[in-house]
Amino acid sequence: MSQARPAGRWGDRLFGALSFGCAALALLLMAGLFFEIASGSAQALSRFGLGFVSSSAWDPVRQDFGALSSIFGTLVSTFIALLFAVPLSLVIALFLVELAPPFISRPVGLAIELLAAIPSIIYGMWGLFVFAPWLSEHLQPFLQELFGEECFLVAGPPIGIGMLPAGIILAFMVLPYTSSVMRDVFQMVPPVVKEAAHGMGSTTWEATRRVTMRYGIQGLVGAIFLGLGRAVGETMAVTFVIGNEHRLSGSLFAPGNTIASTLANEFNEASEPMYRSSLFALGLTLLVMTLLIQVATHLWLRRIQRKMGAGL
Amino acid sequence: MNLASAVRVITRPETCETSPAAPPPSIQVRHLDFYYGATRALKDNNLDIEAGKVTAIIGPSGCGKSTHIRVYNRIYQLYREQRATGEVIIDGQNVLDPKTDLIELRRQVGMIFQKPTPFPMSIFDNVAYGLRLHYRLSADDIAERVQSALCAAALWDEVKDILHRPGTALSGGQQQRLCIARALAVEPRVLLMDEPCSALDPIATARIEGLIQELRGRYTIVIVTHNLQQAARVADFTAFFLMGELVEYGATEQIFTAPKDPRTEDYITGKFG
Repeated sequence: MSQARPAGRWGDRLFGALSFGCAALALLLMAGLFFEIASGSAQALSRFGLGFVSSSAWDPVRQDFGALSSIFGTLVSTFIALLFAVPLSLVIALFLVELAPPFISRPVGLAIELLAAIPSIIYGMWGLFVFAPWLSEHLQPFLQELFGEECFLVAGPPIGIGMLPAGIILAFMVLPYTSSVMRDVFQMVPPVVKEAAHGMGSTTWEATRRVTMRYGIQGLVGAIFLGLGRAVGETMAVTFVIGNEHRLSGSLFAPGNTIASTLANEFNEASEPMYRSSLFALGLTLLVMTLLIQVATHLWLRRIQRKMGAGL
Repeated sequence: MNLASAVRVITRPETCETSPAAPPPSIQVRHLDFYYGATRALKDNNLDIEAGKVTAIIGPSGCGKSTHIRVYNRIYQLYREQRATGEVIIDGQNVLDPKTDLIELRRQVGMIFQKPTPFPMSIFDNVAYGLRLHYRLSADDIAERVQSALCAAALWDEVKDILHRPGTALSGGQQQRLCIARALAVEPRVLLMDEPCSALDPIATARIEGLIQELRGRYTIVIVTHNLQQAARVADFTAFFLMGELVEYGATEQIFTAPKDPRTEDYITGKFG
């Protein structure tokens, strides 16, 4: 018989301490990041106060800064992106899991996942050189004819740049994430739940809408949130097609900006401290926005779960 | 008794009365074969199930019991690689005919699964699920039929005050009765039960068995079970399956006391399985 292993106790303790240290590191990084951005934006926030988020001014010459147009652009372009991407992803996921035979669903699923691997700068180039010209030649004239040229939604010079192009490019970028997570969600719903729904005489769509989608609601919302996070923070592709002007406009084709595109464009030019600090404050706004979205999503999911006892 | 509660009693009777269903049909199975891909799981099954009776299907694990009844409502068709040949005739209609309306078939042939499968919604909505799919009913009519289905499933008294709570909040036995109520709500004529008590404790099992006794006569019930005592307790007729073949079929008493086939005798006396 061999000797008992020595010092087993210490090994466990060491490992425990080590893993705790790693977990704490993540927390520490998060806190440090937050602190750094907050302290960087202190100067701007003490001068503009809460008015920073409600002012649409952005005048480096007069040192007058406000985040409204960037916030507006971020929200609108994200909203447009999700408007296109979420229903499309849902249908794609449904097709891949419930309807397509394996010899179709496998390659198509793979192709969609590959979309996620395309660098965002490529999307931006494609958007600027291919998509924007097409929009300016076809879609915008068509929409202007449809709504009338004076309609605020489609007003503007036909250059194919603005909120709608940015939103659509974002939709393409978000699509692979949302659809592959949604596909996983549909795959995780236990077969017996689907059988029970079909056994009641549901069509595939009824079974999906009324049972499996509810069953996987947390995963589906998670998928949307993943897309949202990507769309809110996406920089490069948006910078290419959004026009980069600090301007509030209701038109889908008017140049605008987002928080991320502003940061990418202007840090190089920001020589004065107030200008720099305002950009930091813009970053802080983005951080707080995503946190608020996250919290709201969690609260909403909790309410759903209480109401219907969702599954996954 | 004040006026409000008097009105409530008149409009919503607290007593459990059950709606008369259409007369239950008989089922004839002819030359039924079943394949999982290339594997033949059922071999030339021939069986006559009597209208309004309880028929138990027994046999060792993997003998094709569940596979057999999953043909009756064609639920197997959810899976591409599964297919059945032969005839299953319910009320004169061969349900394996490709022209069969699956939606209507599954309304008439309800199914209860091994694991309780409450949908992620309230108790009320669970039972109303099929009603909303198959009928255009006013809210009052739905409420009334939800109540009578819950009554028929012997669950009403336990849930009448918590109808808004999620179905998953109930105990396992209650969940299974909720699933039975959900199936009964759309007025099926056949009930298929695939080992409905295998996930339940003895008390919950006894309640489900009692419920089956109450439903006898109004529905044609086919119950798959691995529990021989259960088959002996609830079934009028029993079919014994072995390796995809129907070995013996007859009145439950005859199967359990005087089996004709030696394999049946071996199984019910516990020599295998």
